[in-house]
Amino acid sequence: MRAAQFCTSCGKVQPPQPVDYFSFFGLPRELNIDASRIEREFYALSRKLHPDIYAGGDGREQEWSLEQSSRLNDAYRTLKDPIRRTEYLLKLEGVELEGQSKAATEVARKTGEKKQIVPPDLLEEVFELNMQLEEARANKTMGDQDAALSAELQEQKTSLEAKFDALSEELHGYWNEWDAASGAGDNDGKTRARDLMVDLLNRRSYIRNLVRDVNEVLEN
Amino acid sequence: MDSSRIVGIDLGTTNSLVAFMQEEMPVIIPGEDGSNLVPSVVALDENDKIIVGNSARKYLIETPQRSVYSIKRLMGRGVEDVQGELQLFPFRLADDLQSGEVLRIQLGEETFTAPEISAFILRQLKRNAERFFGAPVSKAVITVPAYFNDAQRQATKDAGRIAGLEVLRLVNEPTAASLAYGLDKKQNGIVAVYDLGGGTFDISILRLHDGIFEVIATNGDTHLGGDDIDNLLIRVAIDDIRSDLGLDVSRNGEIVAAIRKAVIDAKIVLSSQTITKLDIELPQGKRYQREITREQFEQLAAPVIERTIAPCKQALKDAGLKPEQIDEVVLVGGSTRIPRVRALVEQLFQRKPHTELNPDEVVALGAAVQANILAGGSEATKDMLLLDVTPLSLGIEVAGGVTDKIILRNSTIPASATQHYTTQVDGQTNVAIHVLQGERELAKDCRSLARFDLKGIPPMTAGMPRIEVKFLIDANGILHVSAREQRSGKEAEIEVQPSYGLTDDQVESMILDSFDQAEEDFRQRQVIEARNEAQTILSALEKGKKGGAWEELTREERVRVEELQRVLIETQKQNDHEATRKAIDALNQGTMRLAELMMDTAVSAALKGKTMDGADFGRGPSQPHPIGKAEFE
Repeated sequence: MRAAQFCTSCGKVQPPQPVDYFSFFGLPRELNIDASRIEREFYALSRKLHPDIYAGGDGREQEWSLEQSSRLNDAYRTLKDPIRRTEYLLKLEGVELEGQSKAATEVARKTGEKKQIVPPDLLEEVFELNMQLEEARANKTMGDQDAALSAELQEQKTSLEAKFDALSEELHGYWNEWDAASGAGDNDGKTRARDLMVDLLNRRSYIRNLVRDVNEVLEN
Repeated sequence: MDSSRIVGIDLGTTNSLVAFMQEEMPVIIPGEDGSNLVPSVVALDENDKIIVGNSARKYLIETPQRSVYSIKRLMGRGVEDVQGELQLFPFRLADDLQSGEVLRIQLGEETFTAPEISAFILRQLKRNAERFFGAPVSKAVITVPAYFNDAQRQATKDAGRIAGLEVLRLVNEPTAASLAYGLDKKQNGIVAVYDLGGGTFDISILRLHDGIFEVIATNGDTHLGGDDIDNLLIRVAIDDIRSDLGLDVSRNGEIVAAIRKAVIDAKIVLSSQTITKLDIELPQGKRYQREITREQFEQLAAPVIERTIAPCKQALKDAGLKPEQIDEVVLVGGSTRIPRVRALVEQLFQRKPHTELNPDEVVALGAAVQANILAGGSEATKDMLLLDVTPLSLGIEVAGGVTDKIILRNSTIPASATQHYTTQVDGQTNVAIHVLQGERELAKDCRSLARFDLKGIPPMTAGMPRIEVKFLIDANGILHVSAREQRSGKEAEIEVQPSYGLTDDQVESMILDSFDQAEEDFRQRQVIEARNEAQTILSALEKGKKGGAWEELTREERVRVEELQRVLIETQKQNDHEATRKAIDALNQGTMRLAELMMDTAVSAALKGKTMDGADFGRGPSQPHPIGKAEFE
């Protein structure tokens, strides 16, 4: 893939091709990647593609290097982060992840649309937590402060954060499943791993939103 | 790249500088008065001529309504959001400003936009460089605060264009400083650059490795600097004068300007001494005198200095680093000379900051290094590469007045993001997009960057068009937008309405308007060329005087030549190119016989000891003909 970005004989930037981020780095669509290797690749490619190198070149080279280096930066940024890498791969596999941003949840809340399904293992917890949050919010608007409630909310938050942290390890497990299935050409295996990862990301984002809601209520 | 030099320019709030790479070291190009710093002051003199720099400073005090300083504070900003500045600074906005119009500032009878005023400063720096090189300069790298938003960057580029400079790159000031530092030290590590100038504050954290200068995180405040400290002191003085002497001088432009100068002088003294005195002449024969200690000054300045703490902490957090993990801290900007600032930096980063590089010059030196890299690099810079970041998140306004962030702050640039849009109404041919910069959730709390109208969408049923919009932040940190309707493959035409900036047409007409400036430049160029010619002839004459041909002249001839030589030496020092050319002609005339004699000597030397075959008849004298009219293209 290196040859596609710049000419191997003269070293100059070439017109950008529409490739996905994995291909850009010459990597297979696998989730375990050698972080230090792509870091080295990133710097090596930056030295060859950055617009500063083509500042004296013709307009085409300047355009291509701008395009190529923005792709390089976008690709590196995406692959470097475990969650973004996972989301990106799922997107390549045709999965449309639900809008999990605060904006989307706000809109959903306002319009009454149910954007997120509560993860089953959190159902009870979420129900209780939402009641406590309602109460705390009501107190807040009246200027009351219930120390016991705050303490409980704090505890809930800590428990949620622990769940959140545990998700990383779970995700790594699914990565291994995906990589193995992908390598063996096992499509069923890939589909299973894919669905598990989608579910995990949904749970992760749900928990993150909850923690954010608790933080909002707890801060004065 | 052609041979015309690329210079590096620091367009500062208080002072501006121009520099270039001389062999393996960057050097500042001084002005005609020999000083490296050109105060960012623009004034109209008694003849309504634009004056920039040191010579403009006296007008700040004598005719403050015909002068302006710290114009950088107004770059890329609109009427609504400069109200705060107007309270603290004597900027006079044009009386006839309409809402939504680009800001114009009153200077005497005329009005100018902020980029036009900055262009006057840039033009002065351009002249200084051209005088120094004896050749035209048309390309530059200009620095901007890292925390400058898109509009402020665009305004800086516009200023460059109006001044006749092609701005090859905008470089962030802390990054430029790190280049100067890195060139000097050649060490790998994590460097924090704390840049507190006259009007802006930046904190950048970089990783230096193998010649790569990679910004990890940056933060700052584009309205925080030495000016704010000065204003606090001015306020104290005005209050004192009111209570002690019963005089309200707050509306007296000249007195306030005099107080400002005194306060700045005192502030500078207090960096090296612990006590100083303010002494200002007032109307009615009165005088304001007050002693001020360093301790009192630091107490007064504390709220301003402490505003730098939060951005530093945020930058460390964004970088995922603790202070202990920073290897070096570099100080940039005149305000970092204040001992309290140095103490704060030492406290924040738990190490003594580097102060060997001149904090006033280091940014310009770094810009020169970057200019060198862009020109193809040299031995010193061949492995250097800058990887900078965008300081603010880029977002789109979506339903509910919420910002949807599409490129996060501290993303390495160039960076891009693609969004898909569709139409709400059957047959809709336009889609409007509002782009913002900032970290807040609500659009109204972010900085409006521009409104983009995508036009020419093929009319279809609502929801059918699939419009792919690409947002690209280039290496200057400036946004470019392109759009395509994917079903038809048609490129959408994009009409940009910058929220605070000049349109291309406006910049073009300003370039045309600045022709009287160009005339001045032209005259300056003629002076330079005449001087060059004079130098050529004079140095050739010096060589000639050492040869045998000189001895063959009569004593009278020699005396006459030396007299003409003396006249030319004196004349070419002045700025009168016509007089210089007259003196050149006179010397040419007076040395005709010497030239002939030298020619004979050269030819006979070429012929001596050679056969006819080997003689260089075709090539003439072995040296370029020393005395004669020089030919210029």
